Amino acid sequence: MLRTEEMLLNVGPQHPSTHGVLRIVVKIDGEVIREATPVIGYLHRGTEKLAEDLNYTQIIPYTDRMDYVSAMSNNYVLVHAVETMLKLEIPERAEYLRVITLELNRIASHLVWMGTYLLDIGALSPFLYAFQDREKILDLFNELCGARLTYNYMRVGGVKWDAPNGWLQKVEQFITMMEKRMKDYHQLITGNEIFIQRTRGVGVYSQEMAIQYALSGANLRVTGLQRDLRKEHPYSIYDRFQFDVPVGRHGDLYDKYLCRMNEVEESLKIVGQALASFPEKGRVLGKVPRVLRVPEGECYVSIESPRGELGCYLVSKGKDKPWRLKFRRPSFCNLQILPVLLRGENMANLVAILGGIDIVLGEVDC
Amino acid sequence: MTEENNKEEKTAQSKEDQEKKPVQRPAARPRPRVKKEAPPPEPSPKEPLLAELVQQVTEKLGEQAIEESYVNQNGEHLLTLVVNRDHWAKLASLLKQEANWQYTYLQNCAGVDQQTYFEVVYHLYSLEHHDQICVHVKVDRDQPEIPSVVNIWPAANWHEREIYDLLGIQFTGHPNLQRILMPDEWEGYPLRKDYQPLDEGV
Amino acid sequence: MDWLFYIIGPILLLGIMLGFVTYAILFERKVIGWIQNRPGPNQVGPWGVFQTVADIFKLLTKEDIVPERADQTLFKIAPIITFVPAFLVLAVIPFTDRIRFADLAVGLLYYMAISSITTMGILVGSWSGNNKYALLGGMRSAAQMISYEIPLVMSVIGVVMSAHTLNLTKIVAAQNEVWFIFPQLIGFVVFLIASIAELNRTPFDLPEAESELVAGYHVEYTGFRFAFFMLTEYAYIFAMASLTTILFLGGWQAPFGWTFLPPLIWFILKFAVIVFLLFWLRGTLPRLRTDQLMEFAWKVLLPLALFNIFLTAVLKEVPWIQTFYR
Repeated sequence: MLRTEEMLLNVGPQHPSTHGVLRIVVKIDGEVIREATPVIGYLHRGTEKLAEDLNYTQIIPYTDRMDYVSAMSNNYVLVHAVETMLKLEIPERAEYLRVITLELNRIASHLVWMGTYLLDIGALSPFLYAFQDREKILDLFNELCGARLTYNYMRVGGVKWDAPNGWLQKVEQFITMMEKRMKDYHQLITGNEIFIQRTRGVGVYSQEMAIQYALSGANLRVTGLQRDLRKEHPYSIYDRFQFDVPVGRHGDLYDKYLCRMNEVEESLKIVGQALASFPEKGRVLGKVPRVLRVPEGECYVSIESPRGELGCYLVSKGKDKPWRLKFRRPSFCNLQILPVLLRGENMANLVAILGGIDIVLGEVDC
Repeated sequence: MTEENNKEEKTAQSKEDQEKKPVQRPAARPRPRVKKEAPPPEPSPKEPLLAELVQQVTEKLGEQAIEESYVNQNGEHLLTLVVNRDHWAKLASLLKQEANWQYTYLQNCAGVDQQTYFEVVYHLYSLEHHDQICVHVKVDRDQPEIPSVVNIWPAANWHEREIYDLLGIQFTGHPNLQRILMPDEWEGYPLRKDYQPLDEGV
Repeated sequence: MDWLFYIIGPILLLGIMLGFVTYAILFERKVIGWIQNRPGPNQVGPWGVFQTVADIFKLLTKEDIVPERADQTLFKIAPIITFVPAFLVLAVIPFTDRIRFADLAVGLLYYMAISSITTMGILVGSWSGNNKYALLGGMRSAAQMISYEIPLVMSVIGVVMSAHTLNLTKIVAAQNEVWFIFPQLIGFVVFLIASIAELNRTPFDLPEAESELVAGYHVEYTGFRFAFFMLTEYAYIFAMASLTTILFLGGWQAPFGWTFLPPLIWFILKFAVIVFLLFWLRGTLPRLRTDQLMEFAWKVLLPLALFNIFLTAVLKEVPWIQTFYR
């Protein structure tokens, strides 16, 4: 009888597939994972602590650095919380610009996910294709607000910059182009036998488990639960648009992929509708006091970020700075389920399952 | 409903505070003064729901369970309970299991330093009834201890670790209460208001 | 004169092979670049022709690091054990009916036997580096190479049965009417898949699965020792593409009697098609999982290869059809 022993393997913090500085301590027996413990905090910058010493406008750039793949939703959740407390009216045009940028950012984020996920699984080319398309979105953002990743675009009461001349036409062109590209992606990936083999039936969890672990976003919808905050608690002007919430049936990785790809198509629809009814004229920044003093009280708002429910819990004591600002980061919550999913899995499934959760380490560590 | 009145008084008072400050400054700031005439907030349409909830809880757990209750009028008029710490564990499992509540989804869990005491704030969501509720639990500052709810909502695991890490609140019964974001050997709890930063060198 | 040939010839061949490796890497990067909508290397020299040369110089000038807790001797020997068989197998490859080195009667067997030694080198290299990722990669590599060798050899038996010989020159000569790819289609498909797996290339590149094992069995190697592993990999592409050409594509024989091109050119053309195919696959497919890889070898490829042997044996006795099987 051969004697086998378990091996302790530190995956990360420097590893090509942990998408940042995540460390997973894995106990493996051959290639089978017996136990996995995620260790986080390598990118902790204390955003919540810093925010207590900054006024509300100053916090916005800090939120960019949390989920740096979809910084618009971070921007939005903070200003949304402040606006809820102040009960502000937002100009129409600003709301439209917000929805367009949020949805474009969602597309960009899902493209990054798709590309890196296939890279994890071993396919090189989709990564490059996805990044080329994402680049076009980043160019659009660059033209709009002068930054490609850390936008600092939303303001309490509206947005900082109006759309430059011809920008909306460019967005429209992008939408038409992207609709065609989605077909290419489906041809290249969706039917690929090896991809299906790698993802079908892998990393499955039930709906009850997803709810217990408070998963959100595609991670929750993949189990068949139709929970999208854009539909369920419409914020901004999402109630004006027609779109579907794609759900999965099996709760496996392949369904996650399909879910996210369909979400991209839904986002394209939303942007198309927003462009069609875009108000001709108007302010993009409402009338707000120069010094924002949020009345005493608290509020919790949540929006559907590409990764799930992004919440912001704001406690104010009537000052121009928050008393306590807590972000409910979807990656942080979703990552909790990882040890449960990895137990007994093959080593090669580690990267597939971890990639499927779609984490951004800036957000996990905050 | 005395609590409710208290709350209103409190908010009114705080408004006054807020308005006084700009007056003290010499520069003309007319806008805050305009707000002075703002009427006190109207009673929320959700008041009856709150009363019902409070009644049901007191029936099951007794008078002391709820210290305070009000409707948070910011946003979607959130029902808010301030729950006594000793009753929290029991109430938590009730909130999850009771057929007409079923708050199975733990949206958020945050710790707040209120200077004289700590507060742990839970935002619960019921996927059955599409209903949200907020629970505050006050924690003593000198002996910050609160029962863990990991066995009720496994999602609370990392949230509680984070609160322990940043505020130093002990969650009794937590399976692995260790620092999660800060280094293990870190001294002090950064989100406490009396925290002195250690890194003078930077 | 003969002895001069036997001294200069191998040196020349080594030079040719190194030249091939240099430009195969460039070609691969270019092809993948085109597949991925980007230009590929284009900075060093015109059209990037000196890119790989520059890379090799970089590797040569890098510090040679031997991990402190590695098994020093084995760590240093491993790249040699890995590379030498890759060069040895070239001895029996006939590039044309005149350009060849050893005309062994059991040429095919020699190729299969010698190439297995490389697995040993990889295993030694992965173990001696004292790195867990490398160890995992090495174990995967050993399991994979041994598993896939069986369908690889089995798939060739059909060819051997048709050609009545193990000598590679005679196998090519037996294809002057019809290439074995047509009567031995199943054998060819099995051989191609198994050879990709033997080469550790996408979609079977698990031993060096970058996203899982960082770099696989050669994680700890730097500089020239690392270059040796890369060299081995591409030398095997050279050898395996040559072998595929010889076994199934008629070697240097011109198709349809188009003899206006010299035999060597035909060989190179067929060879290039196989090499391109390997690069093309790398740009397109994701990677299999270990258990799926094993299942595929034992449950799909091996039965198919056995079936092919059976089919060949039967078809050899069927009138008219037997002319294709001799």
